[in-house]
This record gives sequence, structure tokens and C-alpha cells, in this order.
Amino acid sequence: MKVFMLGWEFPPFISGGLGTACYGLTKAMSRLGTDVLFVLPRPVRSEFSTHVKLVAPSQSGGSPLYRIDEFEHVRFRSVDAIIIPYQAPVSYAQQYRRRQRQLARIGATEAGGQGGQASGGPAQQGHYGSDLFAEVERYARLASAIAQQEDFDVVHAHDWMTYPAGMAAAALRAKPLVIHVHSTEFDRSGEHVNQRIYDLERQGMHAATRIIAVSHLTRKIITSRYGIAEDKVDVVYNAIDFDGRKLEEHLPAAIGRDEKIVLFLGRITMQKGPEYFLAAAKRVLEVIDNVRFLMAGSGDMIRRTIELAAEMGIGHKVLFTGFLRGEDVDRVFRMADLYVMPSVSEPFGIAPLEALSHDVPVIISKQSGVAEVLTHVLKVDFWDINEMANKIIAVLRHPPLHSALREHGSFEVRKRSWADSANCCLDVYRRAMDLVASPA
Amino acid sequence: MRLTAGEDTKHKMASVCFYFQVHQPHRLRRYSVFDTERDYFDGFRNRQICRKVVDKCYLPANRLMLDLIRRNDGRFRIAYSLTGVVLEQFEDFAPEMIRSFQELAATGCVEFLAETYYHSLSFLYSRREFAEQVRMHTAKIRELFGQEPVVFRNTELVYNNDVAHFVAQLGFKAIIAEGADHILGYRSPAFVYKPPGCDDLSVLLKNYRLSDDIAFRFSNQSWPEWPLTADKFARWVNQVNGNGYLVNLFMDYETLGEHQWADTGIFEFCRHLPEEILKHPDNNFMTPGEAAAAYAPVGVFDAPHVISWADTERDLSAWLGNAMQSDALHELYRLEPEIEAAGDTDLSDDWRKLQTSDHFYYMCTKWFADGDVHKYFNPYESPYDSYINFMNVLDNIRGRLRMATRGTGRSVLGRAG
Repeated sequence: MKVFMLGWEFPPFISGGLGTACYGLTKAMSRLGTDVLFVLPRPVRSEFSTHVKLVAPSQSGGSPLYRIDEFEHVRFRSVDAIIIPYQAPVSYAQQYRRRQRQLARIGATEAGGQGGQASGGPAQQGHYGSDLFAEVERYARLASAIAQQEDFDVVHAHDWMTYPAGMAAAALRAKPLVIHVHSTEFDRSGEHVNQRIYDLERQGMHAATRIIAVSHLTRKIITSRYGIAEDKVDVVYNAIDFDGRKLEEHLPAAIGRDEKIVLFLGRITMQKGPEYFLAAAKRVLEVIDNVRFLMAGSGDMIRRTIELAAEMGIGHKVLFTGFLRGEDVDRVFRMADLYVMPSVSEPFGIAPLEALSHDVPVIISKQSGVAEVLTHVLKVDFWDINEMANKIIAVLRHPPLHSALREHGSFEVRKRSWADSANCCLDVYRRAMDLVASPA
Repeated sequence: MRLTAGEDTKHKMASVCFYFQVHQPHRLRRYSVFDTERDYFDGFRNRQICRKVVDKCYLPANRLMLDLIRRNDGRFRIAYSLTGVVLEQFEDFAPEMIRSFQELAATGCVEFLAETYYHSLSFLYSRREFAEQVRMHTAKIRELFGQEPVVFRNTELVYNNDVAHFVAQLGFKAIIAEGADHILGYRSPAFVYKPPGCDDLSVLLKNYRLSDDIAFRFSNQSWPEWPLTADKFARWVNQVNGNGYLVNLFMDYETLGEHQWADTGIFEFCRHLPEEILKHPDNNFMTPGEAAAAYAPVGVFDAPHVISWADTERDLSAWLGNAMQSDALHELYRLEPEIEAAGDTDLSDDWRKLQTSDHFYYMCTKWFADGDVHKYFNPYESPYDSYINFMNVLDNIRGRLRMATRGTGRSVLGRAG
């Protein structure tokens, strides 16, 4: 089985759930012996990834080919496109300008048709799309150029920015298209969806042979809001990686620390419900005092959230760490007594799994996909801040509850493996291939 | 006249001994850490559930039993154990149930057992409280049905040698327990036993195979013996002849109409059972008290460790299997001295209603992920929610206690947070 996968970042540049999911899934597929050509929209700076081997520098019109040690069956091709996950059209303009400045700095002298080693040929001149949609289309052209030269059985595209690329590659080579919906416009923007993004999502869903949703919650949105038949959508849950997880290290911080720490980790954006976290925090502080609330992450609402904390009079009890990655994420989980995910609409939610694997008890919003697979967690409606506070206080005050959630939760999370998700994807691929071979 | 061991072997009688457990807890309402009112119980829900079970199960079953008793000229005899808390709920929500049980009592063919008024695990924490709840319960039975119970059953058949000894001292003649295989060994529950070192108390053991055939397997279509008809069951009862003389069928009364819905045919099965059993001239029906009086113990039933009739483990793990449960029970019973000192009847009543074993049953995490019988009757979404709810209520009680004992110089309850 050979897969043409349109994905996102790989380490160390993983900036969120989408990248993490692609990474985990691809690694598991490689372990199962599936050959994957992984196309990603980012030039790789190899000085940061020592286990990344540049196999073939870009020839004219081509893109560089990489391999990574732990991904035995995967070849990576990067395409110089400036699309990043969860990007809104507005912020694309900033990215565009930034990239132009970067190119100008890198070497205006090198520009002019030589084709540098780190980026694809045509983009060298900074021929990025003038807006996000143009860039998405450009990416589609670049990706299909790669697809021309490759041999594969199925195309797998992750989230809307890769759908046009997926449709193009699949159509070009007459192969089935599987699109993987990690989130929809309704999750990201509530009811104020961007019509063009919605249209692209819808187009991709209708063009696909099979659709994968990360939860039944997401599947429901797909079938009810995009006009898709229910039997076209399969649910494959995300999971987490247990490799490289170090066993419990010595934890000096906990000794002598009286204060409990309640953690929010994720993008500070409407979808993740940061204001509900703060409202619940305020209620909690009415009852217990030796607790601090940590908000780890950044996003379009970060300034507003900091102001909100101050307005509520709890600013001194809320700490903002900014965006964390790598080791820092592990560290902040180890410090936490409780992890709360008050998402307004979360297609899946990998962070609670990470919290549980760090032995941190978890409270999650019922409006999340991960609530479908976890039982040893506390669940609450995101808007019910009194109940959220009730549960936070209970976990902090009652050690038996804390330990029961921790023990059962960390045991439960070990059952969720990417190998299972990868196997489910393979089933979806086979189904898609059957459908294309013998159209009903 | 009691049959001794020698005579037993000549008699080929099978005495079928039925006892039905009737219980509903006072369920708690949603109580968050911010709540301050003193009404902890969900009156609406409790009424709704009580009426539902009464209409679907208790009332039709009682009518059936009454009919069978009348039709069989006193040869059909059964027993009930009614908890104090269910009687309270009948008085509030379904007074016709009290009248119905009184009618049954008046037939002279129905025996009432004794148990703890609040269906509690108090024996494990306070003998004093346990004895008081037993006293309250027998007083209630005496008041409503004019009977003096001689047979005792502990909550969920929680049993060990200590329970037996204590209950013997309270003056009971017999006690009900689970016929646990690991204690019986090769022996059969079809005989009467006694606890070690105790001659005044008989132990009647549940025949769990035959009881569960009715209570659990009855409607299971993949069971090889499905469908279970009255004549087939009577044949199994007859097989006991010569191999024991008691068939102890102990089960939840909700079996008739709730665990086993009416459309499974459970009521028809029961309707025909007495006549099928009595077709064999050597068979009869006995109440537990009559069985204890009629048959002498043949051996010792030694239970040093606690057993129960719950789940496959037949132990305490359904109520005391995790840290939350043991913490909740411990914190609850820790309040006993202060509750007594406060002397406030409302407070004591609330504290006692919290002792009902169901509250801790809901906190069980044993098979939470698989969804099973624990979950069906669980009003909470998760065992964690039930623990949080319970502890919030307990907190409020503790607060009331602090106010009641303030100014008396008594020790302040020490529990952080």
C-alpha cells in the first residue's frame, strides 16, 4: 500500500494538534510497513533535525526529498508554501510579508533562477499567492507536480488547506481521495464561518471518495452542515505517542509547594474557551485560595484574555507562559495538579491524552471529540462554569478523587495507540480503493 | 418439631424458601460546592422512580403473591425484607404499597425479616449505630405489620462470623447469607448451617445458582435453558430431594417486572410455579423463620472474611473497592460522636440517610468503562460525579455540626479545605 499524504509539520516544529496528529499517524503507518510519501508545506532547515537526511536536493522544478530515521517507510517532500495550520486569511497577509522579508535577507544575490537548496525552484523569487486562497491553490499546483512523478494507491489530505492539493493529485492520477477532517470552519469560527473556506471544505468533502472524521462530534457536523451522506464518513480517533516518554524523573518542584496548579494548555482562541476557564477560576478562588491558574499557549485572544483576568480581579492568580513546545510542555504538565480543557467545540483534543499520560487528572468539555473515548475524566458543559468550578474544587480538595482519576486515567490512556488509528486508516484506504475500482 | 440429622436422610422433602428484598434509597440531588441549602435529597426524582417501580413491579407482584397465597390455602409462603427508607418513601409517595403489604401480612403466610433501617454498612464502622438501626427497623415492622422479626439479613448480605455473633446476641434466630462457594466447598446450600462457636443462630444460605436463574438469566435468550418454564424449574427443585432439603431463593423484588420486564413472562412463570412445585407431594414452601425452626444445622459455615451477594466476587469491592469509597465512608462515620452530641434529630436523620449503601455503590469504578448493571441504576454520569456530590453534601453537614457544637467547647472537626 502506497500513500500520497498531504500533511503538516514534523519535529521539532510541531505547532499544534494537527501537526501532532499527522506525525503520530504517519509514524504508526510506517511501523505497519505502509509506504508513505509525505508532502509538507514547509522548507526543512536541516540544522535543527539531525535525524533528518537530505536524500535529494531539489532539481529544477522538483522539491527536496528527505528521510528521517524513525520513519522507515516514509519519504518526505517539502514544498515552499506559506500555509500554516489554523491560519485565518487575515494573518496570511502577515506571513506573506514576513516571508518576503526573509527571502530578501537570505540572499537577494542568490535569487534569480539558480534554485537554492532549501526551497522549491519556482518559489525562490517569492511567488507566493497574494492571499491565502491563492496560496492554497499554488500549493495544489506544486503538490500535483510532485504527484506526477510518484507512484501511489491513495491520496490522504489533512484539513482544508490541503483539499485542493488532494483533489488535484487524485484527479491527475485517477486515484481515490481520502480526506481527513481534523476540524471544520464551525469549530474554528463558531457560526461566523468564512464562506470561501467553507466552500473549499465542502468541495473537498464532496470530491473525496471517503472521509475520515476525528470524532462522532465532527462526523455529525460533516453530515449535517456539509450535506454529506452518513455512510461516507468513518471515525478514526486520534491517539498519543508513548515513545520517548521518559519514566518519572525526579520532581523537585512539588516538594514544599503548597499551591495547587490548574493548567490550561492550548491556543488562546475562542474555540478553546479561555474566558470560561477564567470565569471558573474566579469562582474557584471564592472558595479556595491556595491555587494558581496557568494558561500555557498563545493565540489571537491572548491580549484580551490577559485583560480579562485583570478585569475580573484575579490577575495575580493567573499566569501566562506563552507558547510552549518540547521539554517545556512536559515540564508544565509535571507541575500541574489538574488539567482543564473548556473547549467550546473541540473536534478531538489530544492535549487531555497528554495530560493523562503525565498522570495529571483531567476535566474536559462535553463538547469535545475526546469525551467520546475517555471515561476516567470529569466532564462538564463548557458554559457551566459553576459546575466546572465545583469539579475543580473537588479534585483539588479530595486526594482520593485526585488519585482515582490519575490512576484510572493514566491506565486508560495507554489503550489509545496510533497503531490502532493507523490500522483504521488502512481500512478506509482499502474501502476507497474498492469504491474506485468498482464504482457502485 | 425439629428434624435431626438422622431423620433428614430419610425425608426427601424440598422446602422452597423465598425471600424478596425491597429497597429504594433516598437519592441525593445535584449538590455543588456552592450550594448551602439543607435539602439534600431529590424529592422529585425519588418520587418519580418510586412510582415507576411501584407501578411496574411492586404492586403487580404483590397482587400476584396475594392471589397465589389465597389460591394455595396457605401452602404458598414467602418472606420480604423491607428497608426503613423504602417504607418512608412508600408513606410519602405510594401509601397503597403499605396497605398492600399489610394485606399480605394479614394472610399469615408472609414473614418480614429484620435489617438495618437505612440499608447501611454500619456494621463495618460502628456496632452501636448498627444496633440502633436494627432496633429502629424492627420497631417499624412491628408498628406497620404487627410482626416481630426473628430472621436477620444484613445489607447486601454482608456477612462474616462477627456479624453472626453480634446478630445472635441481638436475639435473632437465623441469619441470611450468600452461599459462597469458597466457603461451602463441596457442600450444598440446601442445608442449614451454623456459625463457628455459636449454637443460637442458624445460617440460611442463598442458592445462588437457582436464584440467579430467575433473577438474572430468566430472559437471556442465549442461555441454554431459555425459556425457563415453571415445570422445568420445579424439576430442578425436585432434584434437590435426597440431597438437601432447602431451596433458598433469595432475590431483589425488582426482579419481577423491573430487572425482568413483564414481557419476558416472569409474572406467568411465578403464577405457575407454586402449583408445579406442589405437584410433588414431598415439596412445600417455608419462610426463612419456619425453615430455621424445622431443620437443624448440619455443619459449620465459617466466614472469617466478609462476603456479600454482590457481583462475581461476592465481597465488599462494590462499595469499598477504591479510595473514594473508603474515604467517603470513613469521613461519614467519623462524624458519629459529634452527631450524637449535637442531638439534632434532623441532622441525625440526614446523616443516617447518607449511610445507605447505594451512595457508595454509585462510586464504584470496577467496570465503569464497560457499562453494566452498576451503570443502569446509577443516577450519576460517572462514579467521580457521585463522589463529588456526596462529599459536597457531607461538607454541608459538617458545617451544620460545627455550628451546633460551637460554644460547647467541643473539638472542631479537623478536615482541611
